[in-house]
Amino acid sequence: MAELKSVLATDCGSTTTKAILLEKTADGWRQTWRGEAPTTVEAPFEDVTRGVLNAASEIAELSGRKLVRDDGTGIETPDVGGQGVDMYISTSSAGGGLQLVVGGVVRSMTAESAMRAALGAGAIVMDTFATNDKRPAHEQIERIRQLRPDMILLAGGIDGGTKKHVVALAERIKAARPRTRLGGGFNLPIIYGGNVDVRDTVEELLHGICDLKVVDNVRPQMERENLGPARDKIHDLFMEHVMAQAPGYDRLMDWADVPIVPTPGAVGFIMQTIASTRGINVLGVDIGGATTDVFSVFDGHFNRTVSANLGMSYSVSNVLAEAGLDAILRWVPFDIDEKGLRNRIGNKMIRPTTIPQTLEELKIEQAIAREALRLAFVQHREFAVGLKGVQKQRTIADAFRQVGDDSLVQMMSLDLVVGSGGVLSHAPRRVQSMRMMIDAFAPEGVTELAVDSIFMMPHLGVLSTVDKEAALEVFDRDCIIYLGTCIAPAGEMTQGQPALKVEGPGIDWTLSAGELKLHPLTRDEALTLTLTPLQKELDVGAGPGRPLQRTVRGGVAGLVVDTRGRPIVVPMAPDERVPLVERWVAALGEYDHGVDGEVP
Amino acid sequence: MAAIFSPGLKVTDQTIVQKDRRLPLEGTVEVEVGQLVTADTVVARTQLPGKVFPVNVANQLGVDAGRLTEFMRKGPGDAVELDEVVAETGGFFGFFKSDARAVVAGTIESVSTVTGQVIYQAHPVPVEIDAYINGRVVEVHESEGCVVQAEATLVQGIFGLGGEVKAELAMAVQRPTDVLTPAHILDEHAGRIVVGGAYVTLATFRRALEVGVVGLVTGGFDYDEIKELLGYEVGVAITGGEKLGLTLVVTEGFGEIQMAPATFELLQKHAGRAASINGATQIRAGVIRPEVVVTHDDVEAPDEVWEAPEPTGVTVGDPVRGIRAPFFGRLGTIASLPVEPVVLASGSKARVMEVQFEDGERAMLPRANVEVIER
Repeated sequence: MAELKSVLATDCGSTTTKAILLEKTADGWRQTWRGEAPTTVEAPFEDVTRGVLNAASEIAELSGRKLVRDDGTGIETPDVGGQGVDMYISTSSAGGGLQLVVGGVVRSMTAESAMRAALGAGAIVMDTFATNDKRPAHEQIERIRQLRPDMILLAGGIDGGTKKHVVALAERIKAARPRTRLGGGFNLPIIYGGNVDVRDTVEELLHGICDLKVVDNVRPQMERENLGPARDKIHDLFMEHVMAQAPGYDRLMDWADVPIVPTPGAVGFIMQTIASTRGINVLGVDIGGATTDVFSVFDGHFNRTVSANLGMSYSVSNVLAEAGLDAILRWVPFDIDEKGLRNRIGNKMIRPTTIPQTLEELKIEQAIAREALRLAFVQHREFAVGLKGVQKQRTIADAFRQVGDDSLVQMMSLDLVVGSGGVLSHAPRRVQSMRMMIDAFAPEGVTELAVDSIFMMPHLGVLSTVDKEAALEVFDRDCIIYLGTCIAPAGEMTQGQPALKVEGPGIDWTLSAGELKLHPLTRDEALTLTLTPLQKELDVGAGPGRPLQRTVRGGVAGLVVDTRGRPIVVPMAPDERVPLVERWVAALGEYDHGVDGEVP
Repeated sequence: MAAIFSPGLKVTDQTIVQKDRRLPLEGTVEVEVGQLVTADTVVARTQLPGKVFPVNVANQLGVDAGRLTEFMRKGPGDAVELDEVVAETGGFFGFFKSDARAVVAGTIESVSTVTGQVIYQAHPVPVEIDAYINGRVVEVHESEGCVVQAEATLVQGIFGLGGEVKAELAMAVQRPTDVLTPAHILDEHAGRIVVGGAYVTLATFRRALEVGVVGLVTGGFDYDEIKELLGYEVGVAITGGEKLGLTLVVTEGFGEIQMAPATFELLQKHAGRAASINGATQIRAGVIRPEVVVTHDDVEAPDEVWEAPEPTGVTVGDPVRGIRAPFFGRLGTIASLPVEPVVLASGSKARVMEVQFEDGERAMLPRANVEVIER
């Protein structure tokens, strides 16, 4: 293929189709123009390409570059003298995204592996059934019948392991006679990725009631997962069945130069690319109106979770239900009538498109966001664990780890957090986003934080499969906005006592326990700091009580030093909570005058 | 400039209402295009497959799964009665016999020689759907259902609980600002849909249940009282399946909020007439609003499928309601529509509209925080 000079990328979301133009300039790869238009999957248009052409036309008008063919039958390729583009790529989450049901013999083993494969492919897992999931078989069958997924992934048994239980699961699927979500008179795709020894039996059982595809076992041995083949098959079937059924997607697939990927799957690609090329551990979060997606790459292990009912509008009442009112209130820097707050949250659920007009409303919304992010992160940490059922040799380090904390996501080794979604990307001041993420995730040691400026990560994820360098260049320069660095000693602190000494060029601070401090520092500035814990249990990255020397960089918010301890404890009595939270807010100048990301 | 459109709730005395009546599974449509139907007319019926019950019969008999068919008295497709013997072992010289009995009346779906499971399927469950409103059938979806159309008064609510109910409308308060208390619920309200004003308390709701009221229409309701009613919190606004004994339609939102006077007046006008209400709410894609429909039965129902006009956008003078603090629940009209975005007190930048409230106050509200009252 000739050298790539320009790419048009679209993401067809449930409500909006977002297009960006990526160009190789004298300055390297840049995202130069963007446009958006309503997604046109539903009536009256029922053709996704209409929205794509509208979004592309908006860019064409702004940039002066021809992007749509004269007869409107597609995207103008290739790029000839700055007209047209060399490549067109797309992601899609329209029509509710890709929805799967997964099954396995033991919930925490093969069923969990199947779930990991489905989530990693960018799917929403509607339900997971297993022989030990406590529901009687007839309830499982009833549920499979009701759900109407896009496809089912059936795992179960390691190779050479149990046969009977796997066949029993296949029998339940057969009894349910599941139907597809989109109808269209075709059989539901079922991917079988379980014990190889019963492939024939499963094929025989499900013959005629579904379109069965067989892949390698997702858990061939107790100690090993093999998720790639199942993930690839999910992507293939997404194209062949789900996309092919959605209105206009047959044409869109023809236009696209590489396969269309489910939106969260593409975000996963870019996360993994960043982590692997830079050798860092990354946490990504996308908080939407209905769901919150969390991605992590730790020591090369990629995990994704979808918290299907944690979001800022449609699911906002569920955040209240799951977190509880006290958990939300602890972040609110003023006293508020509880019944009134419940009604406000309920009203946001039923009128999801409203925005905070007053500062008080903004503070409440950001308090809820902290809890939505925190809960989604807790779910992610619980899911992102090593394989269960494996006999492990424990090391001395394991012995010191918190009991039950076998998550792969260890905050002290986290290097970068990237947040996206309206409440983070469009907060009136960037420092608000920074504190929301610090409160929700409680990073430990030294951690950089950033936000995705215009939700460009899906586009770059697909680009990374074609041109990794280009994707990374745009990611750094135009996609994410670095907020800054957070320094936070981990461990419980003795309140009121000195907790951390920070020394560097022109800096000599001693922070007591319970403080937050902001120091203006831009992305282009680097500071080499010596961080010395002043309480022997505190760890800033070099071990309890030991000093650490690190070079840190800033961002649009700056350098935040957080000596509130881990976990962050907030007193519940309003007369104690309000002044404390007010002090934190003031320390960061979160709600001072000035808008649009100005440094306080 | 593109049309400005803030979708709102419809409150109108005269519109064309179409109801898509579909079966959950394919079945038989009982009506034809052009036919006049009443709300109770059955328009389609089907049979839902019965529940499926897997039972490990090999284990029950204590035999190897691979030999199960040797002991089965019934096979796949055979009808069985509840407790009927479906398999038995010969025992030892007639002793130590064991048998397996059907756990449900229906048919045997399958017999597995791998797992030893017998799958029973219960008899199908008959399902009927009615027309829900009086009107004319204007379209038939083969084997699925039909569309019933009528001229009607329509009041859309914002949130509801419970499903479809058909009954007579009764006013229980005098003004849209009146709170509906238990004392307002009278014995004569049994079997009726009661319209309250600004707010319904939990005590009133319980009193209504006691009396046998089948529907409540109110301006506001407390969010935390839903949990009291249902035993769980409604985390996502997808409702309609609740079995409360009565259907609730909230027209304005959560909290004590007066019902919009236009809504109240409309319901008052039709007090004593038969209405169809539904609490089903879905806020996500494919929005479903709770509703009150009063069909105009004296008007000849249109016999052609009516096409709703394209939304025309909003203009100065249109009636609106504030849907977020600090103007939540307040009613007014659009005074002006500035083009340029404005920095709000929250620090966010947004497009706004100027609203003249009923008490004469004027204020700038983000367009996202205003709902047009569609007529």
